[in-house]
Amino acid sequence: MTKYQPVIGLEIHAVLETRSKMFDDAPVVDSTHGAPNIAVSPVSAGMPGVLPVINQRAVEYALRVALALDCEIALTSIFERKSYFYPDLPKGYQISQYQHPLARNGELTIHTSQGEQVVRIRRVHIEEDTGKLTHVEEDGENYSLVDLNRAGVPLLEIVTEPDLHSVEAVRAYAYGLRAVLRYLGVNSGNLEKGLLRIEPNISLRPKGSEEMGTRTEIKNLNSFRTLERALSYEIERQTEVLNSGGDIRQQTLGWNEAEQVTVPQRSKEEAEDYRYFPEPDLPPLVLEQSWVDEIRAGLPELPYTKQQRFVQQYQLKQGRAALLVEDQAVAEFFEAAMGAAQDIEARLVANWITGDLFSHMNDSGEDIEDLKLKPANLGTLVQLVSSGEINQPTAKGVLAEMLGSGRSPAEIIEEHGLGQISDTGQIEAMVSEVLAANPDELAEYHAGKEQLAQWFFGQVMRTAQGQANPQLLRMELERQLSESKQ
Amino acid sequence: MGDFTNLTLIEARDALRQGDFSSRQLTQAYLDRITAIDKGIKAYLTVLSDEVLQAADEADRRLQAGEELPLLGVPLAIKDLLTIEGVRTTCASRILENFDPAYTATAVQRLLDAGAIVLGKTNMDEFAMGSSTENSAYQTTHNPWDVERVPGGTSGGSAAAVAARLAPAALGTDTGGSVRQPASFCGVTGLKPTYGRISRYGLIAFGSSLDSVGPIGHTAEDVALLFSLMAGHDPRDATSMDKTVPDMQLTETNSIKGLRVGVPKEYFIKGIQPEVESAVRAAIAELEAQGAEIVEVSLPHTQYAVPVYYIIAPAEASANLARFDGVRYGLRVESDDYIDMFKQTRGQGFGPEVKRRIMLGTYALSAGYYDAYYGQAQKVRRLIQDDFIQAFEQVDVIATPVAPTTAFRIGEHSDDPLEMYLQDIFTLPGSLAGVPGLAFPVGFDENNLPIGMQLIGPHFGEAKLFEAAHVYQQATDWHQQQPQLNISK
Repeated sequence: MTKYQPVIGLEIHAVLETRSKMFDDAPVVDSTHGAPNIAVSPVSAGMPGVLPVINQRAVEYALRVALALDCEIALTSIFERKSYFYPDLPKGYQISQYQHPLARNGELTIHTSQGEQVVRIRRVHIEEDTGKLTHVEEDGENYSLVDLNRAGVPLLEIVTEPDLHSVEAVRAYAYGLRAVLRYLGVNSGNLEKGLLRIEPNISLRPKGSEEMGTRTEIKNLNSFRTLERALSYEIERQTEVLNSGGDIRQQTLGWNEAEQVTVPQRSKEEAEDYRYFPEPDLPPLVLEQSWVDEIRAGLPELPYTKQQRFVQQYQLKQGRAALLVEDQAVAEFFEAAMGAAQDIEARLVANWITGDLFSHMNDSGEDIEDLKLKPANLGTLVQLVSSGEINQPTAKGVLAEMLGSGRSPAEIIEEHGLGQISDTGQIEAMVSEVLAANPDELAEYHAGKEQLAQWFFGQVMRTAQGQANPQLLRMELERQLSESKQ
Repeated sequence: MGDFTNLTLIEARDALRQGDFSSRQLTQAYLDRITAIDKGIKAYLTVLSDEVLQAADEADRRLQAGEELPLLGVPLAIKDLLTIEGVRTTCASRILENFDPAYTATAVQRLLDAGAIVLGKTNMDEFAMGSSTENSAYQTTHNPWDVERVPGGTSGGSAAAVAARLAPAALGTDTGGSVRQPASFCGVTGLKPTYGRISRYGLIAFGSSLDSVGPIGHTAEDVALLFSLMAGHDPRDATSMDKTVPDMQLTETNSIKGLRVGVPKEYFIKGIQPEVESAVRAAIAELEAQGAEIVEVSLPHTQYAVPVYYIIAPAEASANLARFDGVRYGLRVESDDYIDMFKQTRGQGFGPEVKRRIMLGTYALSAGYYDAYYGQAQKVRRLIQDDFIQAFEQVDVIATPVAPTTAFRIGEHSDDPLEMYLQDIFTLPGSLAGVPGLAFPVGFDENNLPIGMQLIGPHFGEAKLFEAAHVYQQATDWHQQQPQLNISK
């Protein structure tokens, strides 16, 4: 058992998926696709003489997030210039917020194996993205190519306090925040495309200590998997350094996917002086309280609230509820299925969704909205299993057909004659037929080989082509076995 | 055919409307004069000979069709800090030697929409940094009143062009005095408007919180017309104000009876050229004679304007000029790595004064110095603003000299940046406060060099300035004096 506690904070950059850029009317396009420099205006190219103008929709998106995270909103916030030279930074400065961010002091509640935890959010601010630099070699010459499609795209930076103490908690927060962003319709949550960038900072301290150790930051993690692996690796690496009496160097690290190790990118000693000062081209961003209130009132039920409601209302386990609420459409599908009838067992509906439906969606690439399967029909199917009309294996087959055709389970069962045999007379006849056909086994059973009961059960079920109501069959088999003893 | 180039902007406009001559004739007269004289003045960096004649012909067609746009067919000169789509815009810097912008400055566009046509782009101090137009990377502009002397700066090309009648009027820009001081040195009328009154879109930034577009002409009336056409909110400039522009009627009947004119004691200091002081005091007396009430006022933080300005403007400039890195446009000096490319490009592209200010500004914003310099300067800037707000509770306008001296000799201050910075001592406070200032001629010194007075108004109070200057110009003829050009071939 390690004697250190990890102390982890996250800095998340989320692209606000607006139609146009943060400070001009150039469109926001998928910068991982298509030709470079197709979404560039004089403003986003940093041409001289042109000026930034605030995209109000981006501010609205940012406010939705800040309000959903329960932040204190600054009715007056200030854009500042963050200066540094880099070929992908057209103006030589990035317009960001520094001393007076849009929002502070928020929180997001997560659930881990340790229970519920409130993660404090230090600040939420708006800034613009940079372009992208690609290094290429052609005819032995090295070139750097600059693509400014991304330059000026609105970003929201969301910074937590160092409240996370395990990879599991980081994962819960990251997924939880992504769900919030998706619910609010501001970000689709794609890490691979860089729409969501998660940068953890991590230090270790002796368990029980309140002091903070020296921290490292990890950048360029483009999936949840690399986030978790890089963190696990870094916890282990720092543990070893400390155990061997060494010191942690404060530095920025990257993740080497091939070697599965963190690697230093630049050390903080070389950290730049960004020379922040208020952006003179933009007046302070002043918000009307009434507008803020309006946006707050328009927020949807948020994922964690929904998760707790599902736990309460449907007696679901936290983990299962969490899976259902991660995607708003899935949660809605679940509730629509539950609405199909009075006494549907929620646990079973949830199992079908997170089991068969998810794996189908995984294979087909469909989203839940794309499915031909109607949620009410899933509810009905679950009820048919509960009431014994069909058994589980049959139901799986029926579901496959429902996914393919969108037809109701009743239609499919009717067409294929798949209804479960619950006629006691029919079951009685099948049981006596099987017992009569196997006198040796019956004798062995009575001689004490009781496990043969299961064998008889299987034989009858085979005769019934799997459609016998298992409870009725078992009762009838037990009755006939004990009667045949005399 | 008389010399059309002796006309004011409004006279020329009216003559075009009446069909006294055509826009082509007027434009050709200016082009001929530029060809004849500008090699001695060097006001223009770019003359758009073909384009402007084409535009003049188009204007003539519209004039004949009876169109009555406020500036239809009138040629203007534009400072090379303002962009015009497809027209080389250099900011008098090597780093933009071959830069053709894809967009037109809003201020220019509004004049084009009013029917104006463009003769060319005028010389200036590189990136509007200087007070003499000697900091141009291309040429030094000469003062038409004495070609051994500077025209002032940074809009020296525009002021000299108007004074030498190489354009009926021109646009300059003013960050700390760059319209007013050259207007004063060249004996013409020039306005620095209220900050935010005219869009900065297309004005290549020096000090963004100070930059403004200002018209230069022969009369307050001409300047007022250009101002009213350019002023107003622009959705592409978030700092431009949505403030209606009053309909100014400048006629023979305007009166300044009862106008309270403030005279700040801090502006009549030791070191000021005696002839400048006496000419300005005489002009104030003339205003009084016209019915104005003269009131002594105090602007107690005036002495801090120079240091405050030389922190704030360079700080903003250090960021504004970071974009000139050789990556996307302008000069690029190739190198093996991009850091060295930045260094080589900027090292070779910028002149010494620009580099000096970038370094000053970078220093003022650096970690550990920000509070002592930039932060402190912003606080003092507010005190300077408050000075004006308080003064304008007592008076309607404030009268001051524009510059402590008349035009100085070329090279006289070149080696002493501090001496040069003091040129702006009377124009900087108004710039920092964001209030409008109008400079116009009120006399001559013993070397027959023009002397200018500045009328400063409250925020959005341009109309009062125009009215007072107009009344003054009705009563005097300083603004009608013309330099005797003795240009050696």
